[in-house]
Amino acid sequence: MATKHMVIDPITRIEGHMRIEAIVDETTGEVQDVFCSSTMFRGIETILKGRDPRDCGLMAMRICGVCTVTHFQRSIESVENAFNITVPTNARLMRNIIQAALFMHDHLVHYYHLHSLDWVDVISALEADPQAAATEAAKWANVAGETPWTADAQTFTEMKDRLVKFVNKGRLGIFGNGYWGNPSYKLTPAQNLVAITHYFQALEIQRDLGQMMTIFGGKDPHPQSLVVGGVTSIVDIKDPAKRQLFKDLALRVRAFIKGAYMPDMYMLSSMYKAEMTAGDGAGLKSFLVYGGFPLNDGPLYDAQMLFPGGIVHNGDLTKITDFDPDMVTEDVTHAWYAATTPEHPYVGTTTPKYTDFKSKVNGVAYLDTANKYSWIKSPLYNDTRVEVGPLARMIVGYARNDTRIKGYVENFTNRAGITIDNLYSSVGRTIGRALESELMADVITDWVDELSTNINAGDFTSWSKFDFATVSQNAQGYGVEEAPRGCLGHWVRIENGIVANYQAVVPSTWNAGPRDHLGRLGAYESAIKGIKLSNIDEPLEILRVVHSFDPCIACAVHVIDTKGKELAQYKINPVCAV
Amino acid sequence: MEYDLAVQKSLYSKVTGIEKKEDDFYKELYARSEKRIDALAKTNPFTEEELNEVLVEDGYDRRDFMKWVSATTAMLMLPGFFEPLVAKTVQVLNRVPVIWINLQDCAGNSEAFLRTDGPTVDELILDIITLEFHELLMAPSGEQAELQLENAMTAFKDEYLLFVEGSIPTAENGIYGTIGTSGETYVDHLTRLSADAKAIVAVGTCATFGGVPAAAPNPTGARGVMDIVKNKPIINIPACPANPANMLGVILLYVMTGELPELDGLLRPKFAFGYRIHDACERRVHFDAGEYVEEWGDAAAQAGHCLYKMGCKGPMTFNNCPTVKYNRGTSWPVAAGHGCIGCSEPGFFDKFERFEAPTPYNPKYNPASDMGVYAATAGLGLFTAFKQLTKDSVAQEAENGN
Repeated sequence: MATKHMVIDPITRIEGHMRIEAIVDETTGEVQDVFCSSTMFRGIETILKGRDPRDCGLMAMRICGVCTVTHFQRSIESVENAFNITVPTNARLMRNIIQAALFMHDHLVHYYHLHSLDWVDVISALEADPQAAATEAAKWANVAGETPWTADAQTFTEMKDRLVKFVNKGRLGIFGNGYWGNPSYKLTPAQNLVAITHYFQALEIQRDLGQMMTIFGGKDPHPQSLVVGGVTSIVDIKDPAKRQLFKDLALRVRAFIKGAYMPDMYMLSSMYKAEMTAGDGAGLKSFLVYGGFPLNDGPLYDAQMLFPGGIVHNGDLTKITDFDPDMVTEDVTHAWYAATTPEHPYVGTTTPKYTDFKSKVNGVAYLDTANKYSWIKSPLYNDTRVEVGPLARMIVGYARNDTRIKGYVENFTNRAGITIDNLYSSVGRTIGRALESELMADVITDWVDELSTNINAGDFTSWSKFDFATVSQNAQGYGVEEAPRGCLGHWVRIENGIVANYQAVVPSTWNAGPRDHLGRLGAYESAIKGIKLSNIDEPLEILRVVHSFDPCIACAVHVIDTKGKELAQYKINPVCAV
Repeated sequence: MEYDLAVQKSLYSKVTGIEKKEDDFYKELYARSEKRIDALAKTNPFTEEELNEVLVEDGYDRRDFMKWVSATTAMLMLPGFFEPLVAKTVQVLNRVPVIWINLQDCAGNSEAFLRTDGPTVDELILDIITLEFHELLMAPSGEQAELQLENAMTAFKDEYLLFVEGSIPTAENGIYGTIGTSGETYVDHLTRLSADAKAIVAVGTCATFGGVPAAAPNPTGARGVMDIVKNKPIINIPACPANPANMLGVILLYVMTGELPELDGLLRPKFAFGYRIHDACERRVHFDAGEYVEEWGDAAAQAGHCLYKMGCKGPMTFNNCPTVKYNRGTSWPVAAGHGCIGCSEPGFFDKFERFEAPTPYNPKYNPASDMGVYAATAGLGLFTAFKQLTKDSVAQEAENGN
């Protein structure tokens, strides 16, 4: 049985840098084995050591330009946890509001601009009848029980003309060399035209979301209005016009999510039902949620959360265990670090141990998969591999019997005629993200109203005072909450007012990590293994699985605790020819 | 994009770093640029009518467009009579192919680019620029992506603008970043792609000055583009992330004049980096009046007073944030009640450490790099002077173990 060793590098339409190597059966196209590797390292935690803990958020945020504000907030929460600070109501609400806008921004950009081209054939849309597209748009909005965002033939005619003009210029730009015409694309030309029209409309909507984050954040990416103890944009919070502008934009976003994004999900789940029921891309089926978005004031980890925390193992929704931060460890057996046993973030001390590619044949480099092959560590929860992310939040919320989450999930499964088990798939992961966007679109305006009520009652408090000199002598804390892609934790140890140790364990580390000390596959690897390629020269189905996780490798790689000195002592192996 | 034209124009005439040119200079530049635009317009049948059509289709009418043109002309610090030429230039932007690569980055500049308005990103992608390669947005991966890159490099040899996002790790022969099936290091990748580029635009503080990864102790030996690429025109657009208005401004100016914009000693376009944040700050009146926020959330914070005592680095930072602002001209960090952190300055993480307190000289910041040489020639104003003044006292502090 002949196999092909496929090297996919760069993986595009992701944040950061990633390589996938797959061993594919040449006859059946089945992926027999797969290895995910991150190929870039910055060392941000090292840089954070020795700095003022109040500066960390502004730097930790720059781990990622996509989920930007979530790292900012997590870092600040870890310091607040260390100092025992509870933030005021205005700060809690404003943080929730900015984060919620981030979640929607992230999910929309992810589905339309980074993921949809795995399901949608742009070139097929050129053959579409715009009237048929309008009918499709209306049909799926009807299934969703919503008003379609666009259902007039004129819009689809204009979009098609624009695409034709673009293609006739002779160069496809970013759409060039796509996998167009691959038999795994299942949408009709009219459906493809609907989807690609939404692709371009979503570019406008994501600008709304960027503006929403800017209203209270100062700019986006990398907002600047959070500080240890609270928030700074009190002038904007107090301004009724600003809150109204935010709400107006949020309502437009909500209309798009309900009238375009959700209908597209019903279309997807119908047209790719076979892939969904076959469980393509299901992977681990074990899910971890830290919990996130405090719904009431008081100490962060005592609050009731919009997303309840917990762990579901092997798809068994009848048993759920509580999350315990002490159970988090990181293993580096197959990552380019020297530690020998899994370590907890508070005590994790790791030394880089880069071992290079194994070989280079005909200009193609191959990973040393038997040994170390990635800059990403393998996080473990109670020594098990788990998946994190929007699907995990939907599954854990469902298992927790959370009324709100269960409502969104069941509304979808009923209308789409699928089961909860069908969600264990790439399509399901994509649907989970959309459901979460829908939920966010509904709660975000409630939070704005709550903020207005609080301001109108005369509460302008935006910061909780603390005596830095006293609290920062010897302290440690963690910020563990949910980021758009899943569980995000920052752990900080502070001595004599400066950072003694800093560690971040991020969502894409959980999902993209390589094999662990027991040879168990990470979430990506596990989900890709067994996938079948319809064209052995085109990794379309692999991309579909990996994109369904929304990889953010810029985050994943830079959460490693290293020492500059040790790096300098390290000698690299020369790239060796076979 | 909305910003105060009057403020912009007043800056143009009085501020340090930008010298007012004689009228003849602009007349000559206009004539030269017009000739170039006319020549470019003949190279492709993309007509004015078609652009108008595109703009109208998107609910973006001619009036909005001319408003944007007027604001952009001012931002580029060109006299008003350039407006028709700027409008014309937008219509021939697609003659300049763009290849955008991501190195040691966080994708923040790509995300900022996604939020471009004026011409919006969909217009840019479909109708205006020729974006040939962009890892974040392009459809294919792996071999097909590499093929797309090679095709673009061949088809547009010596013509394309290479946009670089992220720093370049140089320690240990560059092992901290590899790309492509061959596992090429970022240093080699950048060198190879630069060779056939017309010019290189480094976007964001990482690509320009090393930025976040280059902060002490710089574990990966991260450097900016100008430390790696030699003998090629380089334009630096720092800030974390770079303002998309400045990205577009650079492309526009380049297409219009066929030349690099006027750059300062740090290779930054003077139209954007010719004056300090402090010079155009909306809270400047409170600085002048001695009205300061003393702690977060106090009465002064609620009244929008000056953030200098809360560590604002506006007086030491060159950028056009206060006038151009961010995300449809909605806000900027000082307006959001947090001081500027100087994110467009070289070495900002070390130089300005303790962002939320007035900055003393920080011994962690080591300008003894290529960048330091640039910085020295650029004369970083207040900071440089301040550093000289405080050097002795800091040395004393260091001795005392503070």
